Amino acid sequence: MTEPILRVSNIETYYGPIMAIRGISLHIDPGKIVTVLGANGAGKTTLLKTISGAMDPQKGTVEFEGREIQKQDPDRVMRAGISHVPEGREVFPFLTVHENLMMGAFTRRDREGIQRDLELVLGYFPVLEARSKQQAGQLSGGEQQMLAIGRALMSHPRLVLLDEPSLGLSPILVNDIFGIIERINREQGTTILLVEQNAHMALSIADYGYVLEVGRVVMEDTAERLRDKEDIKEFYLGMKDAGSRGKRRWKRVKTWR
Amino acid sequence: MLQFVQLVLNGSSIGCIYALVALGFVLIYKATEVVNFAQGELMMFGAFFAYTLITLFGFSYWIGAAGAILGMMAFGYLLDRVVLRPVLGQPAFAMIMLTIGIGYVSRSVAGLVPGWGTAAYAIDTPFSAEGLPLLTTAETSLVISEQNLSIIGATVLFCAVLFAFFRYTRIGVAMQATSQNQLAAYYMGIPVKSVFSLIWAISAGVAAAAGVLLAPITLIDTNMGFIGLKAFPAAVLGGFGSIPGAIVGGLTIGIIESLAGFYLPQGFKDIAAYIVLLAVLVLRPEGLFGQATRKKV
Repeated sequence: MTEPILRVSNIETYYGPIMAIRGISLHIDPGKIVTVLGANGAGKTTLLKTISGAMDPQKGTVEFEGREIQKQDPDRVMRAGISHVPEGREVFPFLTVHENLMMGAFTRRDREGIQRDLELVLGYFPVLEARSKQQAGQLSGGEQQMLAIGRALMSHPRLVLLDEPSLGLSPILVNDIFGIIERINREQGTTILLVEQNAHMALSIADYGYVLEVGRVVMEDTAERLRDKEDIKEFYLGMKDAGSRGKRRWKRVKTWR
Repeated sequence: MLQFVQLVLNGSSIGCIYALVALGFVLIYKATEVVNFAQGELMMFGAFFAYTLITLFGFSYWIGAAGAILGMMAFGYLLDRVVLRPVLGQPAFAMIMLTIGIGYVSRSVAGLVPGWGTAAYAIDTPFSAEGLPLLTTAETSLVISEQNLSIIGATVLFCAVLFAFFRYTRIGVAMQATSQNQLAAYYMGIPVKSVFSLIWAISAGVAAAAGVLLAPITLIDTNMGFIGLKAFPAAVLGGFGSIPGAIVGGLTIGIIESLAGFYLPQGFKDIAAYIVLLAVLVLRPEGLFGQATRKKV
């Protein structure tokens, strides 16, 4: 059994008096795609922010490659090898696409390595090459998402935190982007922690999944088995057996409640 | 006509000073979202630094000016590191009240420093106040003094250096990135807190330059920082947050003051800047060069 690249143990994170994360533990094995599912307000984004250092947990530890990284500033966490693609893209609107990408490599000094990764990113997202001199604020939503992912890859991270890459994108674009995420994982061996509302897409590319509800992990299993669970099907994938409607009890309770 | 040009020329040199101080406001505001009301006091300190080096210690003008700018950069860096960083993350008004406090304390401290005091001082400059004729006609001539020329020249130089710095250096682009999206800059591994301190250093350096340039015209005293009250509308006029805007705003206010002082009754000189500011804010609330950002979803 390999050591997990990231191990989160019993973290509790607050927004002022509000407890957003109520003791979450999870682990990610190197080279895998792990997804965290959950409704709005389940604590998915807070979890990522706690890992990347944008928020500090009150309790618990975050270990990356065996070293504790909780409560460090985000720039230190990033230097350790974790890249965060924030929710809603957050590109630098008045910098050009090229400058945005180079900001992703801010912490690096090796010119050849940066050049190699730039070519790699432009290979995955050819549209960014065509837009290279344009201001990032002028790109479409999908292009901005590609830029945000490309920018995160420029640091040559060992772990990428992806916060809702499907947000506000058309189904075709979501398909494209998930395809590329899967390719990056397979071809570069980059470990990915993917937070999603689109459970169907997320479970189709992930190896392992966690389900979050009001700040707690309520279910975890391999993606394959999660796809087959009745609760996940009903509450997250929106699937029902044909003709079950009559027999279905209103307000059916989830099995983990 | 020539007289008008002459007034514009005179106004531009004081306008350059406003522009440099306004630039300091804008740099700090853009990056850290704090309005530094002690910007004028930073300028005053810069001028006193130069006075100390040149008049009291007897260094040459150039060494004194460079020393004042470098000294103030160090001062600005430490000011952010020691006084402002502990307050980081508190509501914006707390930071702003803090800068107002820094302004008050600075004026008093400058009066207490031995050798500085509350009197007005001059420094020797290699630039004469005498007018150089640019254009001569039968009845009058267009003149500009070396002093004014030095102010305009130095302002152009500083702007060019700052432009190149923000455009072409890695840390300069990182500063732009920080001002556009602080959290994303953090995620890129940019040490945001150190960037803030560097911005304060640059801002204080620019303020010191303004102080050194202004010294031969208005003399150095502890209240010279009140020029910030003119530079502030200049920054707003340009659309607080725009660097070219701060420069155009400063020049505009300087020129309008100069024209108002000559063509309008006495007293209008001091309020002309504010009248123009109000007019601009009514007609174009985002300022002359304001950037409107819209977030795409």
